[in-house]
Amino acid sequence: MPTVAPRKVTVPPAPTSTKAGGAKRRKPVSHRKFVVGFLVPFGLLFVAMYLAPIAYAIVESLYTVKRSGLGLGPSTTEFAGLDNFARVFSDDAFLTAIGRVLLFGAVQVPVMLGLALLLALLLDSTVVKFPGFFRIAYFIPFALPVVVSALLWSFLYSPGSSPYQKLFALLGISVDFTGGDTVLWSLANIVTWAWTGYNMLIIYSALQALPEDIYEAARLDGASGWQIAWRIKIPLVRPAITLTAVMSVIGTLQLYNEPAIVKHIAPAIDSKYTPLMLAQTAGLENSDYNFAAAVSVVLALGTFLVSFLILRFARRKAV
Amino acid sequence: MSAPTTARKGARTYTMGQVLGTAFLFVLSVYFLLPLWWLLVSSTKSTGQLFSTNGFWFADIQLWTNLTNLFKADDGVFLTWVGNTILYAGVGAVVSTLISAAAGYVLAKYQFRGKEAVFGVIIAAVLVPKVMLALPLYLMFAKLDMVNTFWAVFLPSIVSPFGVYLCRVYAAASVPDELIEAGRIDGASDTRIFFTVSLRVMSPALVTVFLFQLVEIWNNLLLPMVMLQDDELWPITVGLTYWDSLRTTSNYGLTVTGAAVSVIPLIIAFILLQRFWRSGLTAGAVK
Repeated sequence: MPTVAPRKVTVPPAPTSTKAGGAKRRKPVSHRKFVVGFLVPFGLLFVAMYLAPIAYAIVESLYTVKRSGLGLGPSTTEFAGLDNFARVFSDDAFLTAIGRVLLFGAVQVPVMLGLALLLALLLDSTVVKFPGFFRIAYFIPFALPVVVSALLWSFLYSPGSSPYQKLFALLGISVDFTGGDTVLWSLANIVTWAWTGYNMLIIYSALQALPEDIYEAARLDGASGWQIAWRIKIPLVRPAITLTAVMSVIGTLQLYNEPAIVKHIAPAIDSKYTPLMLAQTAGLENSDYNFAAAVSVVLALGTFLVSFLILRFARRKAV
Repeated sequence: MSAPTTARKGARTYTMGQVLGTAFLFVLSVYFLLPLWWLLVSSTKSTGQLFSTNGFWFADIQLWTNLTNLFKADDGVFLTWVGNTILYAGVGAVVSTLISAAAGYVLAKYQFRGKEAVFGVIIAAVLVPKVMLALPLYLMFAKLDMVNTFWAVFLPSIVSPFGVYLCRVYAAASVPDELIEAGRIDGASDTRIFFTVSLRVMSPALVTVFLFQLVEIWNNLLLPMVMLQDDELWPITVGLTYWDSLRTTSNYGLTVTGAAVSVIPLIIAFILLQRFWRSGLTAGAVK
């Protein structure tokens, strides 16, 4: 099992330091060429496809396009300071969309991670038969592209023809998966279905990597399986749980694929349902690039901040 | 199964906990597998029977007709989408893995000025999800008049800060300096040492990066959606989404069969390659 070990101090610091590449004692010139040559493919693409769009979005978000006349005259681009951000934060549709994904995350992430943790603990324990089968059964949905999962579920939700609706009807329960009040939770179900197995696997791998003798003593002292799980296993796999939490929160904030597809069958989902859908609509349909850029910047910063806070919080608790 | 679990298991016979635990896991496996069963069953049905018959059981089986319809639809565009998907996700993930490995290896094993700063920027970028870049990228490519081209999706897809991070950490921990020194004493160039020795040692990390990239490119709907108007350039995901959005009866059948055709090879590959993804997809998580 590959482990993340502390970085070894591997190469003695170069005695001569040249501009772009450093050197080892023997053949400084050839090493430098190697270092540059191997960094360039990633470096160029990283600058062009990662840093440049970030910079571009920031610049665009600070400008605004003014049209003279009735919007038909020539347009001029003007520096607008933080006006676009003020517009973003006073935009009702944006605030609704943010509120919606936060509500979604507050419910869906704990449910999914709780389930993933429970499954990982069960599969790691002696309680369960056929762990190999269950592991693959839970993980298979992850093999599907998110788009296909969303398409598949939108057929399963489709009003009038949904096989699940018929199944529930047999039990005397009438459900409308695509109604205004329920569709958000139908989306939550798709995300949970697709990602629980993946999160379970991360936690499970961490559990499997724990040495057996750590809880052998507790078992000899008569601790029950649940006590061992709660007091020993869960605290020890906290880094893995934190990782799944950060990834899930990031995923929630960028919710796009599932609503964009379920929208085909659910009129309750409008084109500004999530922040990312709103940015797409503003940018592509309304050609309001500066506003779309400001939304992108707010989202990226928000995601960065939330991930950072979770990582910090987890670190502090672990100490 | 790993050996310790088997050893633990020997100590007990069937208990109440075992029965309840297994029953619980079984119910959940139905939750996870039933939609896939529906997809498999539905791909064999005519469009008429798709909604009129019991969704979880077979009706008149006409899989072959469905497949012919799928590959003939819109002048056989589905096959083009399959090819495009292999290029974007498959070739893209391979290229991405190679450039990530090269960069991560150099960052782990060589000293040069500004190295830590470069690595710091890459780490920070890991926390900026790529989907968020789709719109700014679209605006940039539009300025360069490069939207609606293969490269507008391929180039952004192959950049993976997480891949570089993982390769660096792995190379630092697993490629011994002695190995590189030995290669040098034998007169091999740095490039040759990388390709013949180091890359092999790093292979578990490479599998991880490859799988991560494959999944990420495959799952990014927004980028190809905003970049590509020409259906000849679409990956399967955009094509199926388009068919689904038309909401016509004949397209329901195409969407369902297309979805089944594109996921069944993936599911088989996942089951066969269990050993790789189990260590691969979780390598980053085990600390």
